[in-house]
Amino acid sequence: MNMGPQHPMTHGLWNMKVKVDGETITDAKPEIGYLHRGYEKIMEVREFQKNVVLTDRLCYVSSITWSHAYCLAVERMMGVEVPERGQWIRVVALELQRIASHLMWLAAYGPDLGLLTALLWSLRERELFLDLIQLMSGARMNQNYPRVGGVRNDLPDNFEAMCKRSIAHFLEKLDGYEKLMHESKVFLMRTQDVGRISAADAINWGVTGPNLRACGVNVDLRRLDPYETYEQIDFEPQIWKGADGGDSYARFVCRFNEMRESCGIVLQALEKMPKDSPFRTKPPRRAEGDGYARTEDSRGEALFYVIGDGDDRPYRVKIRSPIFCSMAATPIMLRGNKLADVVAILGSIDVCVGEMDK
Amino acid sequence: MSVPLVPSFFESCRILTVAIVWVVNLIIRAIGVVIPPFNDLADWLASDSVITVLTWLVLMTVMLVWTALFNLLTVMWIERKFYSRLQDRYGIMVSVWSLPFWPFNRRKDRPTHKGWGYLQNVADGMKLLQKENLTPASADAAMFHISPVLIASTTLLIFVALPWSSGFYVAKLDLSLLFILAAFSFAPFGILIAGWSANNKYTLVGGMRAAAQLMAYEIPLILCVIALVFFTGTLDVFAIVAQQDRHLVSFGSLGIPAWYVFSPQILGFLIFTVAMVAEMERIPFDIPEAEAELVEGWTTEYSGMRFGLVFGFKWLRMIAGAALITILYLGGWSGPVFATIYIGGIAIPILPEEIWFLLKVWLLCVVIVWVSWSVPRVRIDQILKIGWRRLIPFSLLAIIVGAGTRALGWY
Repeated sequence: MNMGPQHPMTHGLWNMKVKVDGETITDAKPEIGYLHRGYEKIMEVREFQKNVVLTDRLCYVSSITWSHAYCLAVERMMGVEVPERGQWIRVVALELQRIASHLMWLAAYGPDLGLLTALLWSLRERELFLDLIQLMSGARMNQNYPRVGGVRNDLPDNFEAMCKRSIAHFLEKLDGYEKLMHESKVFLMRTQDVGRISAADAINWGVTGPNLRACGVNVDLRRLDPYETYEQIDFEPQIWKGADGGDSYARFVCRFNEMRESCGIVLQALEKMPKDSPFRTKPPRRAEGDGYARTEDSRGEALFYVIGDGDDRPYRVKIRSPIFCSMAATPIMLRGNKLADVVAILGSIDVCVGEMDK
Repeated sequence: MSVPLVPSFFESCRILTVAIVWVVNLIIRAIGVVIPPFNDLADWLASDSVITVLTWLVLMTVMLVWTALFNLLTVMWIERKFYSRLQDRYGIMVSVWSLPFWPFNRRKDRPTHKGWGYLQNVADGMKLLQKENLTPASADAAMFHISPVLIASTTLLIFVALPWSSGFYVAKLDLSLLFILAAFSFAPFGILIAGWSANNKYTLVGGMRAAAQLMAYEIPLILCVIALVFFTGTLDVFAIVAQQDRHLVSFGSLGIPAWYVFSPQILGFLIFTVAMVAEMERIPFDIPEAEAELVEGWTTEYSGMRFGLVFGFKWLRMIAGAALITILYLGGWSGPVFATIYIGGIAIPILPEEIWFLLKVWLLCVVIVWVSWSVPRVRIDQILKIGWRRLIPFSLLAIIVGAGTRALGWY
C-alpha cells in the first residue's frame, strides 16, 4: 500500500511503501527525492552570503537553525569570530525557532492521530513565537536572519519584554496540552509501545536529535560540542529516563519537554546578553580552506561542511540532514506494527521533506 | 408529565392535506365551470380514501423536512460551531447576510461573513450538488451507486419508528425498539459494499474495518437492550418512556425523575452510549474512515452529492443514536410537571414534549461532539479489544444485574 506521495499522512511530498498482511506491516520502504532541488550544487555558484537565502529554505519550519549551521561553517572556514552579543542573539533566535518548529510538529502529530484540536492549539501558540521572530528579523518564514559574521540586525527595544510575556503565556498554555495529551488514555494507547527502536539500532542507522534521546542516549550537541554561547547556559538535555524508551511516546515526551527547556534557555540568554555591543563583524569576501559545523537542529544533528578555494563562493558544500538518516531507520520502527501506527510513528520522528531531499 | 405540542401527527397532517386539497380544488372547480368533467375530479380528490393516501405523502414529506433538513442542519451547525469554539476560533459564519443579492447585500459597511453560520451547511450542500459524480473506472458501478442509497434510506427508516414525542411519530409499532435497532444495523452493509465495490485499497480496508468494528459493537448494544427489557417488559418505546415519566424521589412538584439511568441500568447506559458512539463512527472509533492513514476510508472514491449523502447521514445517525439513548435511559420526552398548566381541564404546554426531547438529544450530541474532538482515534486492534473484551463482558454483567434486581423485586 502506498502511503504517499499524495496522502494526508505525508507532511510533504514523499512516499512510504508499506507491505501489509491484513493490517500488520511486514515491510516498509521509504521513497524520497520528490523534492530534490540540488542544494549542494546550487550553493557552489552563489556567493557565501547569498547562500543564506537558500539554506533558509532547506527546512521552511526551521529556517534559522539551518542558516545558522551554514553561517557557522563558513565562519569557521574564514576564521571569523562573531561578537559576543551576536552569539547571544543567535542563541535566542535558535531556541525561538526550535520552539516554533516543535509546535509545528505537534500541530502535525495531533491530526495524524485524529486529534484536530491539537493542530489548532499548537498553531495558536506557534503564532506567539512567529510574532517574536518577526519582531526580531522582520519575517515570519524564511527569515534570512543569520549572517556570516553575526546576525542581520540588532534586537528591537521592546524585544525582551515581549519575549518574557509570550513565554510566560506559553508556559501557562502548555498545561492544557498536557491535559489533552499526556493525561489522555487514548493518546497513550496510540503512542506507547509503538515504533520501538533500540538505542544500538538508532545509533547504527544514524538517528540523531530528539529521536535518539528518546532511546535514552545522552546526545545533545549543545552540550557535547558547544557552539555559540551554549556552554554558559544552564539547561538539561531532554533524555528519556525510563527503561523502555525508543517508542513514539518517548519521542513525543522528549520533544515536548524540549519546548519547555528552550523557553528557559531563551530567558537565560536574555539575562546574560551584553547590552549595547556590536552584534556582527565584517567577514572577508573570499576565503580558502575548509570548515565544518554541526549543530543541534530541531530534528537532530545538522552538519555543514564547506570548502573554499579562494573564490567568493564555496567550492563544495556538504549537508547532512538528520531526517534523511532517521528516515532510513523507519522500516525497523514500522515492522510488526499495525497500519494505523504508520502515522503514529512517522509523525513522531518529525519529517521535514525540504531538508530530507535537499 | 408535559404534553405534546402535536397531539396527533397524522391528524395534523390530515388538516394540512385537506387545506392543500381545498386550495387545489378551488382551481379545479374554476376550470370545471368551463369544462364540467373537472368537477368530478375535484370530488374524487376530496373523497376520504384519496385524502388518506395524500395525507401519508404529506406526512412523509413533513417528517423528512423535519429530520433530514431541520434536525440534520441544526446538529451539524451545533457541532461545527461547538468544536470551533473548543479550538479557539469562530467557526462557520455564513448567514443570509452573506447572500450576494438584494435585500441581503445592503450593508456594505460590515463584513459579509459575520453571521451565526447556520447557512454554511446549506451552502456546502449546494456546492456538493453541483459537483460531478465520478465513478472509478475499475469500480463495480451498480453496487458503488447503490450503497449511498442503502445507507441513506436505512437511516431514514429509523425515523419511521423513532418518535419525537407521544404524538409526533410516523408509525406506532408494538416492537418499535426492535425495528429501530434493526434499521440501525443496516448501514454497515452499505459501508462494506461501498468499500469493496470502489476497488481501492483504502476503501477496502475502510469497509473491512467497518464490518469488524460494527460487528463487535452491535452485540453489546443489543445485550444492553436485553438488560433494559428485564426492567421494562416491553419493546414499545412509548411504553418505555411512559414508565420513566414519574418521580423516583419527589419534593413537591420537583424531584428526581425515574429515568433508567438512575437505576441499576446505569451500567447498561454507559455501555450503550460507548457502543452507540462506535456505531455512529465518531472520532475515538472512526477507524473506517480514519483520514490520517486511509485518506478518507470507505468514502474516498465518492464525490459530489453521493459523498454528501454518506457524509451528512452520519449526523443523522448521530441524531438517531442520541434519540435512542434519550428514550431508553434519559426519560425520552417526559418533562417536569410545572412545564404544563391546566386551564379548565385542558393541558397547555409551556414547554411541550418536543422541546424537552430536542433539548436532551441536542445536549447528548454536544457531549458526544465534545468527547470526539478531545481524544485521538483508537487503533483497530484496540477497538476490537475494547469491544470484545470489555463491553461484552460488562453488558453480560448488566444483564445479570438487571435480571437479578428484577427477580428479587428490588426494582
